[in-house]
Amino acid sequence: MAANEAYISGIGQSEIGTKLTRSPLLLTVDAVREALDEAGLTIGQIDGVSTYPGRVPAFLGFSPVGADELIDALGIRATWYAGGGEITSQLGAVVAAAAAVRAGQARHVICFRTVYEAAALARPDEYSRPQRDRVDGSSQWTAPFNAISAVNWTAQYAMVHVKRYGLKREQLAQIALTARANAALNPRALVREPLTMDEYLSARMISSPLCLYDCDRFTDASTVIIVSAGSALDEVKCTPVRIAAMAGSVERHSWDQAEEMACYPTGADLWKRTDYKPADVDTVQLYDGFSFQAVAWLEALGFCKFGEGGSFIEGGKRIALDGELPLNTFGGQIGAGRLHGFGFAHEAVVQLRGKGGARQIAGDPRVAISTSGGGPLATALLLARD
Amino acid sequence: MTATRALPKLDADNRAFWTGGAEGKLLLMRCQDCKSFIHPPRPVCRNCMSENVAPEAVAGTGTVYSYTVNYQKWHPAMEVPFVIARVAIDGAPGVLLTSNIVGCPVDAVDIGNSVRVKFEQQGDVYIPLFEKIS
Repeated sequence: MAANEAYISGIGQSEIGTKLTRSPLLLTVDAVREALDEAGLTIGQIDGVSTYPGRVPAFLGFSPVGADELIDALGIRATWYAGGGEITSQLGAVVAAAAAVRAGQARHVICFRTVYEAAALARPDEYSRPQRDRVDGSSQWTAPFNAISAVNWTAQYAMVHVKRYGLKREQLAQIALTARANAALNPRALVREPLTMDEYLSARMISSPLCLYDCDRFTDASTVIIVSAGSALDEVKCTPVRIAAMAGSVERHSWDQAEEMACYPTGADLWKRTDYKPADVDTVQLYDGFSFQAVAWLEALGFCKFGEGGSFIEGGKRIALDGELPLNTFGGQIGAGRLHGFGFAHEAVVQLRGKGGARQIAGDPRVAISTSGGGPLATALLLARD
Repeated sequence: MTATRALPKLDADNRAFWTGGAEGKLLLMRCQDCKSFIHPPRPVCRNCMSENVAPEAVAGTGTVYSYTVNYQKWHPAMEVPFVIARVAIDGAPGVLLTSNIVGCPVDAVDIGNSVRVKFEQQGDVYIPLFEKIS
């Protein structure tokens, strides 16, 4: 173990559901408790907290719990903490924590992402969204055209692949079919029923070429990743997973001015920061808020060339649980629920520790990639069990 | 087509863009020193940091860079389907405007289509929509 490196120690997850009544703070505490238990740490040993995107009062379902609240609720004596949305997407919070422990600012950092979008929608009196007369900021460039959802923005990147590179619906379907097959083996997954190709192809279109099953759905859950300093691993009882490389980028922080998505420069940068090669990777956990993002990440990370993502996943065998590059083995966000980025880091650690149960990949996986975002913001982590 | 639209809040930076349609002009912020276009409009050039910027009219034509047909009713009053597109604006390299392609069936739109701006007035705001050039 290298003293100056950052490791993932404990990981935890709350129940994953919709319209949960347990409060978002307590869901977060559930995930914290599980992560501490696994790491063999007590809350008194935690000296840092990192979250994305911090508490968002204007849209509480999106992010109901901030670092401030968790720190005070659990009596954490933090020497470093951070929380905010102006970072290279959700796993940017893990990147920040890794940088902090490497710089000696903290020893054990709780990183968390708590979502409560389904409950908030069901209980608008408690979690209302403000009604604005007029839109401003970046929304003004899309909302007046009723390009309201990220699906509208992502779909246009996907359409370039359909029209210029021949991406077929039957190919794109493999992301959703793989996710749902894997979710069926994950006891915590939100959707446990497998999806057939016929069901996919006959689903209603949301924003072409993306149909209902290409989209994740509102979820209530919390995910925790504890990042520990290499010099503090003697306090940790679980197998540490090294954060071997990290990369992130922002493409204009805009869904329409950037010609291509931020996953591409991020994927290229990741390989500049490590001696590992794509062929060394045992499993990939790639952001799939919309299925096409996972396709783009496969291209961005160099598993295939730009525009060849569709043929790379054709038939689904390659990315299946028993394939050469198992993808989103927990079900991704499409199957397991919209954990919003953190689920991908959680699952990489599960697999690298051999704790996947019915969904554990074969062999002795040692290297995994986790990503979040991919549109205007992107983060990629290369994780290794040494 | 969609009758209801969220309207932008006008300010010093965006007023020219959202009101240029009153005179039939698509106004984009442009650096008067290096001649780069700046979109979204801001009071400083993203290419050379000059503050010598001003709105300028462009021809109002462009090319469909990409598009999607939206079928989801995001609110009850929304009329679907409709086309959302990113339009590469002629004469303004690097500027891609999200807009709607109107005046044709949704399945008549494709990447590479030539389009021309058509403003839709809503109170003090002129929304730049685009129609195919036949």
